Amino acid sequence: MKKGVMRPGHVQIRVLDLEEARKHYVDLLGLIEMDSDDQGRVYLKAWTEVDKYSVILRESDEPGMDFMGFKCLNEAVLDSLAEEIRALGISVTELPSGDLKDCGRRMQFVAPTGHTFELFATKEQTGKWGISSVNPEAWPRGLKGMQANRFDHCLLYGDDLEGNLTLFRDVLGFDLAEQVVDPEQNRVALFLTASMKAHDIAFIKHAEKNKFHHASFYLETWQDVLKAADLISMTDTSIDIGPTRHGLTHGQTIYFFDPSGNRNEVFAGGDYHYPDHETVTWKAEDLGKAIFYHDRQLNERFLTALT
Amino acid sequence: MNATRQYQIEVTNRQQQFAVPEGELLLHAMEKTCLQVIQVGCRGGGCGMCKIRVLQGSFRAKRMSKAHITEQDAEAGYVLACRVFPESDLVIESDHFNDLSI
Repeated sequence: MKKGVMRPGHVQIRVLDLEEARKHYVDLLGLIEMDSDDQGRVYLKAWTEVDKYSVILRESDEPGMDFMGFKCLNEAVLDSLAEEIRALGISVTELPSGDLKDCGRRMQFVAPTGHTFELFATKEQTGKWGISSVNPEAWPRGLKGMQANRFDHCLLYGDDLEGNLTLFRDVLGFDLAEQVVDPEQNRVALFLTASMKAHDIAFIKHAEKNKFHHASFYLETWQDVLKAADLISMTDTSIDIGPTRHGLTHGQTIYFFDPSGNRNEVFAGGDYHYPDHETVTWKAEDLGKAIFYHDRQLNERFLTALT
Repeated sequence: MNATRQYQIEVTNRQQQFAVPEGELLLHAMEKTCLQVIQVGCRGGGCGMCKIRVLQGSFRAKRMSKAHITEQDAEAGYVLACRVFPESDLVIESDHFNDLSI
């Protein structure tokens, strides 16, 4: 049941070298640099997004994800959802407006898998980059690299998937679009959506808490995924696997790493989900095909290279 | 014309050797030889899969995740192979991913 969470709003990623990261996310992925702040953080957006930014880079000596934020319908939703999260026994911290540049107050909490999430409702809207909202052209000229359309989702690894399912489905109003279930009927992967997209956030079972698997960006077509693969080779960027197709969500995909070892995905296509759709189930015995539909086997790196 | 200097890397636990041209990253050079004597992960100093211990020799290294190389690790010669530029022949031990921090 929808509870007022609209979409992934932003992700803050820790990088070892800000200049190398800026080059990767701007020149290769094609994000647009929008701003920076007095903490040295850099704010980026993908061109179809209406909000001012969706990716925040912060230099650190430990790569990974600081937090992922979801945008909600309005400020009242923040208060009601914060109350419901607290009723689960999870503490919620309200961060003041302006703590992130041009963003309203944020309700921040740690999920049972150890990942930090936040809800916000207000952020400066600069509109789609390079095109007007009246009689808009098809796309803006001057985009770089892969020309990523939008920040789409994150996949995170952690231990307490059932705790996260309760939080995201029952409290935050996400639907469980797809799952991976082992022979003892334990869920080992969750693909959750607050929209019609196949996933807005996904989790895979892992012994350690709070591990970051990837941040994913949407491209329009399979041809764009192939061109992304060409660009990865041209720039000698660290590749993980692809181009290929996922069984889960059926998206067409390629995985690669930023210069600090954080994994990125660009993908096209994929399934959609309405609230009356049955949860799609993949069997853990067929995890290879579920993750990589063509090879039908996992590379070890997919399960172990995390930040 | 000066030939690029090559450093010999001996991987003791795998009984294998390979050469790294001066100025090249250790893991990158290994991948180019098609050897698989060090695990390859993110290649960016983040994931820890290519954690090795340098037993002999000198090198310089780019910044790497402190989640995988603590200060004590670094003092004991542990390093991520994807961030290492050899500056002499090296004797190394691979397969230290997810070792308990010493």
